[in-house]
Amino acid sequence: MFYRENGQYKTTYGADQQMLPILQDRIFMAVLLLFAFIGVPLLASDYLLLSILVPFLILALAATGLNLLVGYCGQISVGHAAFMAVGAYSAYNIVLRVPQLNFLVVLVLAGLIAAAVGMLFGIPSLRIKGLYLAVATLAAQFFMDWTFARVKWFTNYASSGSVSTATIDLFGWRVDTPARKYLFLLAVVTVFTLMAKNLVRGHLGRAWMAMRDMDVAAEVIGIRPVYAKLTAFAVSSFYVGVAGALWGFVHLGSWEPLAFDINLSFTLLFMIIIGGMGSILGSFFGALFIVALPILLNQVPAMLGLPLATATKSHLEVMIFGSLIIFFLIAEPNGLARLWAIGKEKLRLWPFPH
Amino acid sequence: MKQHIGIVSVGVLLLAGLVAPLATGAGTPGFYTEVLLGGLMAGVLYSLVALGIVLIFKASGVFNFAQGAMVLFAALSVARMAEAMPLWAAALLGMGIMVLVAIVIERLVLRPLVNQDGVVLLMATLGVSYFMDGFGQTVWGSDIYSIELGIAKEPVMILEGVFQGGILINKDDVAAALVAALLVALLALFFQKTSTGRALRAVADDHQAAQSIGIPLNRIWVIVWSVAGVVALVAGMVWGAKLGVQFSISQVALKALPVVILGGFTSVPGAIIGGLIIGVGEKMAEVFLAPVLVKTFDLAGGGIENWFAYVLALLFLLVRPQGLFGEKLIDRV
Repeated sequence: MFYRENGQYKTTYGADQQMLPILQDRIFMAVLLLFAFIGVPLLASDYLLLSILVPFLILALAATGLNLLVGYCGQISVGHAAFMAVGAYSAYNIVLRVPQLNFLVVLVLAGLIAAAVGMLFGIPSLRIKGLYLAVATLAAQFFMDWTFARVKWFTNYASSGSVSTATIDLFGWRVDTPARKYLFLLAVVTVFTLMAKNLVRGHLGRAWMAMRDMDVAAEVIGIRPVYAKLTAFAVSSFYVGVAGALWGFVHLGSWEPLAFDINLSFTLLFMIIIGGMGSILGSFFGALFIVALPILLNQVPAMLGLPLATATKSHLEVMIFGSLIIFFLIAEPNGLARLWAIGKEKLRLWPFPH
Repeated sequence: MKQHIGIVSVGVLLLAGLVAPLATGAGTPGFYTEVLLGGLMAGVLYSLVALGIVLIFKASGVFNFAQGAMVLFAALSVARMAEAMPLWAAALLGMGIMVLVAIVIERLVLRPLVNQDGVVLLMATLGVSYFMDGFGQTVWGSDIYSIELGIAKEPVMILEGVFQGGILINKDDVAAALVAALLVALLALFFQKTSTGRALRAVADDHQAAQSIGIPLNRIWVIVWSVAGVVALVAGMVWGAKLGVQFSISQVALKALPVVILGGFTSVPGAIIGGLIIGVGEKMAEVFLAPVLVKTFDLAGGGIENWFAYVLALLFLLVRPQGLFGEKLIDRV
């Protein structure tokens, strides 16, 4: 009744091509952003901010990056945590060696370094795909893990191999309280999401999708595979690198090389499978799901009076992830984002579905 | 000849790597042979895991990421059941469990996903692997368990006359190698001589043609997953007896991926030889190459065996994507 586009005429090309063509969507988005920027910092507790929203935002950014590669360009990667690590360690080293640089610049530089490394490991994708590419990305994962654990320069010769970061200072605005961390992340993630959304609507995103759907046909209509695939790897690694730097600086504060191990890569992959491959929104759903599930598993049995042992809980979590992946691949390959889209479609017809 | 340049150069490099420690005198011949044997033994374990992957890939075109989880699950089952009954009974029961697992996977995962993209199936088996890791540890517990095969673990000294100081090898390693050889022989017999084996090979060659001459695809898949499950059981028992049954089995089994890349996704001998190459290569690299690297670049320690296999496979992919013995089916873009 309230959610339909009747009477909204598009009289310019600009109106026809805008990101959210329906007025109600724009209002919803504006309210959501307003609430996220103003309401949440005022209302949310520190616990909610630090242990749910901060990881959620960073993982959503990383999942968006991975989604650009896997969901949009169809190149599988099981080693994206390696590029997060590249971003995190690059940022650490830049801050360490050039402390006067603004953190935003550091963030972009870290992303660029991650993009370069991502392109390097993406080169095999020009000759191989599918399983074979999975091995190439696994090589990236284990090689980077090892590099950051063993090459002392990266950790500034710390004897334990772990590094810790200073508080971020943006033009005198220190990102130290939970609310500030959240706001900073929200701003970064909003900008990057907007960029990603526009990227996949533009010629680059279309080239990726053509590549994903049928590479030979894409080449025939004039899309260069080398260009499409390498840009996908580069942009994806850039996003993931930025997310890695944020993960290290804002969420963890100090970390060991194991913080970016293969399990994180798998978790990222699960996020986009559950959330929806080929959907920016899906990355957010997936990240929220992955962050919320362990907390739910913590709370629900306790509320029902069934305390679970920690080991059982972690095994249960893994089991639930596994079965959900299979369930989503079978029942809804486009993930939660597709359910959202179906819901919207239903809402448009409601309450007269005929 | 031109297309062989890549593969020949990689072969030469591998050989050079194999000979270099001897030539440079980094170790005594006895020590060198010990490292070589140690690598071969580790390689046998990789081969056993890779074998299961190759079997499934041949018959159903699914890359089974869950093979490692199956190895862990089988090993856990046997280890825990062996506490209550003799080992042979536990092993037999374990085989039954693995067949059951195969049936469940076929029903719940493979059948609904038939005709899907290879990558989708890969991710589905990733889900299976997570589920089985969690399930196995929930049911059987997550401590370290041991499997006693009844073979003495003490090392024996052999060839004392040939090398100074002799060579130390473990009896259970030799047993593991024998078991692997036996398993491969049995599988070869099964594939070549039985009608089921022939049906399996037919399915591997062409799904549609096999189906059109009346081979039931679903049953074949159950059989092949069961066979892979039994292979996983053997691998798990050998591995568990050597290193103890623990979660890391599932992770180390990831190394089977470079092994099948090296050997070829569709080749049983490839899985064996690939496993041996990876096993030897990574041991050699760790023992002889890592100290050089540590010294040159001032690293905080070796541990290059964590990535050596993958990088080797990556290099291999660039020159020979179908692997040593695989069919040349890869589509280039």
